[in-house]
Amino acid sequence: MPDEKFTHGVDIELVDVSKRYPGQQEAAVDNVSMRIPAGEIVVLVGPSGCGKTTTMKMINRLIEPTSGQILLDGDNVIERDADDLRRHIGYVIQAGGLFPHMTVAANVGLVPGLLKWDKKRTTERVDELLDLVGLDPADFRNRYPREISGGQQQRVGVARALAADPPVLLMDEPFGAVDPITRSRLQDELIRLQDELGKTIVFVTHDFDEAVKLGDRIAVLATGSRIVQYDTPAEILTNPADQYVADFVGAGAALKQLTLTRVRDVELDEAVTVSLGGDAADAARRAQQAGRQHVILLDQRSRPIRWLSLRDLQQSSATSNAQRDEDLEAVSTASTLNDALDTMLTSSHGVVLVRGRDNAYVGAIRLDTIMAAMQDMQPTTPAETSQ
Amino acid sequence: MTTGPSSTLEADEPLVADDDRGTAPTTGESTGASVRRLVIQPVVVLLVMAGVAVYVSTATLNPTEAGLLNIDSLVALTIEHLQITAVTAVIVVAIGLPLGILLTRPWARYGRPPVVVLANLGQAAPSVGLLVLVAGLMGVGFWTAIVGLSIYGVLPTLRNTMTGLEQVDRTLIESARGMGMSARATLARVELPMAVPVILTGIRLSLVLIVGTAALAPFIGGGGLGQLIITGVNLQLDKQLIVGAVLIASLALLIDWVGRVVETFARPKGLS
Repeated sequence: MPDEKFTHGVDIELVDVSKRYPGQQEAAVDNVSMRIPAGEIVVLVGPSGCGKTTTMKMINRLIEPTSGQILLDGDNVIERDADDLRRHIGYVIQAGGLFPHMTVAANVGLVPGLLKWDKKRTTERVDELLDLVGLDPADFRNRYPREISGGQQQRVGVARALAADPPVLLMDEPFGAVDPITRSRLQDELIRLQDELGKTIVFVTHDFDEAVKLGDRIAVLATGSRIVQYDTPAEILTNPADQYVADFVGAGAALKQLTLTRVRDVELDEAVTVSLGGDAADAARRAQQAGRQHVILLDQRSRPIRWLSLRDLQQSSATSNAQRDEDLEAVSTASTLNDALDTMLTSSHGVVLVRGRDNAYVGAIRLDTIMAAMQDMQPTTPAETSQ
Repeated sequence: MTTGPSSTLEADEPLVADDDRGTAPTTGESTGASVRRLVIQPVVVLLVMAGVAVYVSTATLNPTEAGLLNIDSLVALTIEHLQITAVTAVIVVAIGLPLGILLTRPWARYGRPPVVVLANLGQAAPSVGLLVLVAGLMGVGFWTAIVGLSIYGVLPTLRNTMTGLEQVDRTLIESARGMGMSARATLARVELPMAVPVILTGIRLSLVLIVGTAALAPFIGGGGLGQLIITGVNLQLDKQLIVGAVLIASLALLIDWVGRVVETFARPKGLS
């Protein structure tokens, strides 16, 4: 649910928008029309030079369209003062685009300053936003950008874009310059933020996996910013409009769909369980009946402690004095099947526990579980038949 | 005849070369070395100046030499020299800085080549020739010296202002505009602060150049320490000649030091 404290997103509509540069035959953006619904993340994805960034920059008029209309909540952006327009549209670029000679607080407080907020309100706002993006204000407020990591700079960049609470956010390959692990974390963070804020976000990337992960909708663009397909990630993965999209989706569309499916959406497998201090011999018998080599030991609140092998269970004390396995492979019901598969592949048991509310055991995922889920998805895509 | 002053000019050459350091701030000397330089340089210069003072008050001089080689006239000449330098510096900064800013604005790009060529010519022309040329147009006098020296000394300030502004990361400028900062606010709050180190280096180089070249001012009625050298050469008064050259070199080093101190402390925090 979007937070009431923040301005909710508004619709953006592009109507026959073109951009031609003098002396160039091909239009950089050729007659593009699209509607970006309020409160959604729409990802513009395509190869470099396809015009996706140009298309985005026309929304805040960093690039002026040659023809066509861009409507922000129904108002034509061309009729507004460009500087004032931009103060009401958040803008995030690669590496945050922070000003190195200003502190984190000065960077974040820039747009409120331009909008003539009073000092106290700006200071409070800066702290609130640093908090929101997971940075401790007391620690980070007075640091300079070069004193913090790339991932942190990117967070500050997002905080800065949100400072004046704009309804719309434009993000230009924001996570392109950070390492894969940090990128993945920042993407998760953005999804969490968006759940809270409900902004309209236009996100440009050339990374299709990023598009699938973040986008409520994806627009796959070809040269001249021609929209080849504009649809939900699931639809693009299962029904690519043509060979161009299929090629862009790349191999393993079915695997990519695993990132779209949550653990809670599939039918979970059961593991044989035994409670702390329970009957070891009985547990061993049940495991043998079920054809399992291991049982999972649960504590009083049903939280998994560790796996016990049939051999462990030969000792009746096995269920009472067992050490908690800190590295127990488990995922939550909100995890994607992709995460579950990843965890499974590194697990020594070939099975991943699923924890629900309060970390309680709710089931298990085996390879079969994932195979079954994949079979439920549309079996073949042009991408795969063409391989 | 110009042996004395031109030797001070040659001493400036490495400084012009380390202007490259200014345009690529990351390759600067290590902090320790620059701090040491900041301390040692003024001490050495002041020792040399004190040595000159002791020398002129104790040495046996003939009456012709004693005419200029006494503390009072040396102080007067030094002050005169610094006046010429200061007035010229003000003019150079007042012209070079705004012109540099102007020429880096996107709409003024076409004005660039001619101005840069002109500024380069100003510096490439032999200094004596330039001063004599200006004297030919304006007659001799204090302001003639100021105009000539300004033409000669404006290039480093102008060039570094342009370089400093041009090396500001384009994405930062776009980021500033994208946030809704006007072109003027972007210049004042992003471009100029980030260009400060390079611009200050340019102003320092201009100053050092002016102090040295001001030795030629007496040729065209400008006065200053150059008088020691010129009379020294004309009348073969070696002591005067040497004292003049040493004092001018010391002044140049002192001003270079002041410039470095300013650069160290005026550099915006947060710039590495």
